[in-house]
Amino acid sequence: MRAGQPFFRFEWLVDNADQIARRVGEQLYITLIAIVVGFLISFALALLVRRYPRLAAPFLGVAGILYAIPSIAAFVLLIPITHLTLVTAEIVLVSYTLVVLVRNMIAGFRAVPADVLEAADAMGYTNGQRLWRVELPIATPIIVAGVRIATVTTMGLVTIASLIGHGGLGYLIVNIGILRVFPTATITGVVLVVALSALLDFGLALLQRRLTPWSTARAA
Amino acid sequence: MEFLGKVAAWYVDPAQWTGRDTLPELLGGTILVAALSLAVALLIAMPIGLYIGHTGRGAQAAVAIANIGRAVPSLGWMGIAYPITTALFARAGNGLMPAMIALAALGIPPIVTNTFAGLREVDPELREAGRGVGMTERQLLWRVEVPVALPVIMAGVRSSAVAIVATTPLMSLVGANTLGDYIIAGLNLSDEVEMFAAALLVVVAALATELLFAWLERRATSPGLGGGARDRMTGAPLQPRPAASEG
Repeated sequence: MRAGQPFFRFEWLVDNADQIARRVGEQLYITLIAIVVGFLISFALALLVRRYPRLAAPFLGVAGILYAIPSIAAFVLLIPITHLTLVTAEIVLVSYTLVVLVRNMIAGFRAVPADVLEAADAMGYTNGQRLWRVELPIATPIIVAGVRIATVTTMGLVTIASLIGHGGLGYLIVNIGILRVFPTATITGVVLVVALSALLDFGLALLQRRLTPWSTARAA
Repeated sequence: MEFLGKVAAWYVDPAQWTGRDTLPELLGGTILVAALSLAVALLIAMPIGLYIGHTGRGAQAAVAIANIGRAVPSLGWMGIAYPITTALFARAGNGLMPAMIALAALGIPPIVTNTFAGLREVDPELREAGRGVGMTERQLLWRVEVPVALPVIMAGVRSSAVAIVATTPLMSLVGANTLGDYIIAGLNLSDEVEMFAAALLVVVAALATELLFAWLERRATSPGLGGGARDRMTGAPLQPRPAASEG
């Protein structure tokens, strides 16, 4: 920022509307992939824990160790293997979703009262029917609460992936805003990340109420 | 394997140990930036957390602010602080100021929320007992509430410290002298050995912080608190005393 330059330049927003829109799309796309893949992996792990409860501790332990690796280091440590690709970014982002998603899914399944399970078995539900019609509906609020946390966390982590060229709005924050000392771009990026995170969080809360209208604000 | 050999060689390469911005300097810079930022975060977050926890006032506002704070990426704090500090102090200096602002902002929410949550969880009967023996509010806070809540408070300090150390290398983007210098240089020059070697050090730094604060957390737990009580001679866990409410 040169002396005398205004702190925020609105005309930059207008001139770069298409670039900003593209970065918003990229941010959402990278986040969506991470959450969907993280969800599927976590769900598979949670089903294994449902079957073999002893696996809970090792799964959560490994997820916790992955989560403890600083993100800047994680992106870099993968570069020799997967290079500066979107795959590198997604491996890291997915790894970070696991700790919250697996924990909440296990907690969700554990929240199903034993007598409810017994009643389902007594009514002749098969294992699959019991899972889909009894356990998942009861676990949904806790699972969605996990997805909400994972989504907001991932939105922030994506910006750090700008270091390896897959940063979404992080490109505005870092590559334009910080490296060229142009606060307009940084502020734009930050405001959009926070606004989109809040929007996604709100949307997921709404979705949870739709899915389980009988539950109250339990997920909050 | 050959790659890891090169990484090992990087650590002992004299280039890392002589001249400007040596490995010890950048490691020291990382620790300095992280420690100062944690100190600032503690100075701001502790009084707020203690006030809210003791009085019960403003808890909702604090949680709301903490949640917003968490949603703002650490890079965002840094990017906004950078031009402000540059304008205020005429030149960018070594990036210490924007780094400290960004890292303190990152470290404040866990300390505030854990401090007030820890104080809130103190058994109301203990508080009543304290008042009953004539303690002032200040004495109640420092002699009853804080000691009982200390493990929870320290857990907040630990997650704050780990988050700060893990994020400190990013502050090289604004010119702070940290291990991130190697990572950014490595990315710019496509030097995979250098960035990998530095990233490993960042992992070790975060892990060391985790272990250090976990140890402090154990030290801070009063032996009188449930679960932590151990026989002084044998170190074996003592039988838990019956809860006061059952007596």
